[in-house]
Amino acid sequence: MSPAGAQAPPTAAVLRAEHVTKNFGGLSAVKDVSIEIPQYAIVSLIGPNGAGKTTLFNMLTGLCRPTQGTILLGGRDITRARPDRITGFGVARTFQNIRLFGAMTATENVMIGHHVRMRSGLWGSILQPPRVRREERETRARARELLAYVGLPEAAAAQLASQLSYGDQRRVEIARALASEPTVLLLDEPTAGMNPYESQRLTEFMHKLRDELKLTILLIEHDMKVVMGVSERVTVLDHGEKIAEGRPAEVRSEPHVIEAYLGRQD
Amino acid sequence: MSELRAHLLDWHEAGQRLVPPWWSRVLAGSLIAVAAVLPLFFPPSSGFINATIIAVGYAVMALGLNVVVGFAGLLDLGYVAFYALGAYSLGWFGSGFFFKARVHFLVSPVTRTLPGIHLNFIVILIAAAIICAAAGMLIGLPTLRLRGDYIAIVTLAFGEIIGVIAVNGQSVHVGDGMTLTAGNLGISAVDQPYFPGIGSFNLLDLRPWYWLILGIMLVVLFINLRLRNSRLGRAWVALREDETAAVSMGIPLVRTKLLAYSIGAAFGGLSGAFFGTYYTEVNAGQFQFGFSIFILSMVIIGGLGSIWGAIAGGLVLGFINNYLIPDVLNDLPGKFGLNFQLTQVEFGIFGFLLVIMMLLRPQGLIPERRRRLELTARIPAEDAQLADVPDAAQGAT
Repeated sequence: MSPAGAQAPPTAAVLRAEHVTKNFGGLSAVKDVSIEIPQYAIVSLIGPNGAGKTTLFNMLTGLCRPTQGTILLGGRDITRARPDRITGFGVARTFQNIRLFGAMTATENVMIGHHVRMRSGLWGSILQPPRVRREERETRARARELLAYVGLPEAAAAQLASQLSYGDQRRVEIARALASEPTVLLLDEPTAGMNPYESQRLTEFMHKLRDELKLTILLIEHDMKVVMGVSERVTVLDHGEKIAEGRPAEVRSEPHVIEAYLGRQD
Repeated sequence: MSELRAHLLDWHEAGQRLVPPWWSRVLAGSLIAVAAVLPLFFPPSSGFINATIIAVGYAVMALGLNVVVGFAGLLDLGYVAFYALGAYSLGWFGSGFFFKARVHFLVSPVTRTLPGIHLNFIVILIAAAIICAAAGMLIGLPTLRLRGDYIAIVTLAFGEIIGVIAVNGQSVHVGDGMTLTAGNLGISAVDQPYFPGIGSFNLLDLRPWYWLILGIMLVVLFINLRLRNSRLGRAWVALREDETAAVSMGIPLVRTKLLAYSIGAAFGGLSGAFFGTYYTEVNAGQFQFGFSIFILSMVIIGGLGSIWGAIAGGLVLGFINNYLIPDVLNDLPGKFGLNFQLTQVEFGIFGFLLVIMMLLRPQGLIPERRRRLELTARIPAEDAQLADVPDAAQGAT
């Protein structure tokens, strides 16, 4: 692993938010934030609780619409696109509090991720011509592959998601996101609840994802060790506003970032 | 309850050891074969056959409602609306009700001389399915942004609206002195199914009716089985489990939900059209809110989300309602010197059964595969400490 700062300046931004604001009633969860995710980069979004990180994620994936501002994917304006369309355009995500479909098996969960790449409709589902059967078979096989790729034990693939251990649920969630064949992957606190060793493994895995699957990754992270180890760029939010941006080492030494995290020193 | 759960676990494992995995296919095949020859062992117009026909018709509706409530998790309390629309499809397109019109298509020679719209029963079935599917989408649209209980309220209102329209439709003039419905007078003298080469059905020989509704049920069953293990069926379960996660994984919310509503509604329409001709009239009084709950009870007693459970629930409640209570046990209180008949307290009996069922076997008669997995799968070793507080967690899943 090369130190993050030594990377060549990344190429064009794949995902870009321009001056986005989100108001919930009188409260501004996100205020005039602009952020650029360069292609094949790993960018971290950090900030104290309630800083608006997850709200920004939700806007990027279409779960809520910005009050103001524009979100661009490649050259395409996705500000008002439906979440399922955005998934189709190549943005996949995981959730802070794991949101698997508990009553479905791990494999089925991952197959849902592939839904957007499948074609069979109502009549295809009922009549099941060879084309549909083949698609179904391939999706299942692909789901198994992805589960193996993220390191889920083989026996767990047929278990209900709700009965998997916490770590395995995290793995399945990443596999489910990968099944939609994304170009941009958004991870919301992927190391929450992990011990330092597991976090380290996940850090390595993120590099692997970027290099092998040509992914661009944006992650929300609290664990500074992970942030410093994995990201080329860091954006800091506090009270809905962007207070710093840059290379991890630079950001870490910024006084108002320290202030946001630790409070003012009088 | 944990003791009971342990018992269920044991039974299940014992069952797994006794029967090989392909047994369910063989069982299903032989059940269908038995069902097909069943009426040959009874007199052509026996009360038992009559009850069976109605029970199978209920099972079709339970299968339809199961798509909406069981698969997609959208609690629909207005399902009677589709029974009504299906029955009215038959009333409109298979009787002399629109007496100024003269449309005939593949009907019996006698019917061909009558005024009104008379279409072949299969055509009416298709029309009923299409009308109900459209109505299902209509009811789906306002509920798209709603979740849980709120969906139930909107659908309940929709069911009531259709019921009121059915009653008051006799004041809605559609031209030339014809009205939309016949209200509580009922559209009577509806056509009986006629098939070229077979002839017209009549109520002296109930067996053709039985095979007809059995055929309808098998078609609906086939579609259900296919949908369950398909891209669409998976999407429904995902929406049911976690709507937010499902849409951000790429499930189109509007289309997927509306398809659930309209497919479920179409099945209700098929059954409704059949009941329209079988009961020989379409009366607004049939379409009461209580019937929605009755169908929902079938789905729940059978096992929410379970296809075979919906059939079992429909058959069981159908038999109890139309055979056991009125024909077999009706005089039972009298024998004990009590001055009432069982038919007077049938809703009390259903309520009692539902309570007993929820206490003893909350997962239903034939639980869905997923529910069964939830009950039987071993808890992973890492979470063993958490396993001591499972009741709350189980209830939440």
